Amino acid sequence: MSADMALWQEIVLAVFLVTAGIFGLVGSFGLIKLPDPMTRLHAPTKATTLGVGGVLIASMLYFYFAKGHLSFHELMITLFLFLTAPITAHFLAKANLHTNVARDEVPPPAGDRPWAGFESDEARHIAEDQVSKGA
Amino acid sequence: MILSYALIFTTGCFALALLMNLWRVVSAPGVPDRILALDTMVINFIAILVLYGIIEGTAVYFEASILIAMVGFISTVAYARFMLRGNIIE
Repeated sequence: MSADMALWQEIVLAVFLVTAGIFGLVGSFGLIKLPDPMTRLHAPTKATTLGVGGVLIASMLYFYFAKGHLSFHELMITLFLFLTAPITAHFLAKANLHTNVARDEVPPPAGDRPWAGFESDEARHIAEDQVSKGA
Repeated sequence: MILSYALIFTTGCFALALLMNLWRVVSAPGVPDRILALDTMVINFIAILVLYGIIEGTAVYFEASILIAMVGFISTVAYARFMLRGNIIE
């Protein structure tokens, strides 16, 4: 670490870092503490992503203050994490829905179209039955 | 001075979070919870790697963290898909 930083710069970095650390800790604690699988999805996908985003912003500011040039590598990682966290959450929610929830327990979807996963499972089974009957 | 204390605090927070995730991987009630804990471990590890880059004062670790972010995302999607379908590329 270089020591030639002004006090306000160190304070700004420290605020970002401490906030990020608390958010990361809360996210992982929520993964243990929250009661059922669907609510457990919230903690890591929101709080932990925000924590990592804070660390990456602090890193960007640190290299700007210490070396004098602004680098955008960190923003790339932040953007990647912010894009991929909802996708993984969606995949895991889908996995939960198919393993732990029966088909008649889910609420009816808004609009005309049925639930994608369950209906396509059913259509696949019907198609397999027809194939086996035909053969 | 303030910055080094903040760095130690944040690294400690993320290290504790990694330990919690590890415990969660061991003791989770279902497979989706284990996958979620593994995904959170990857994200926390990226944070620790970036913090180590700040402590050392080099930008070498960003490439490693980008690679780990990509591999973590792909592996989480692959795990979830394998759970659902029993197959990854159909």
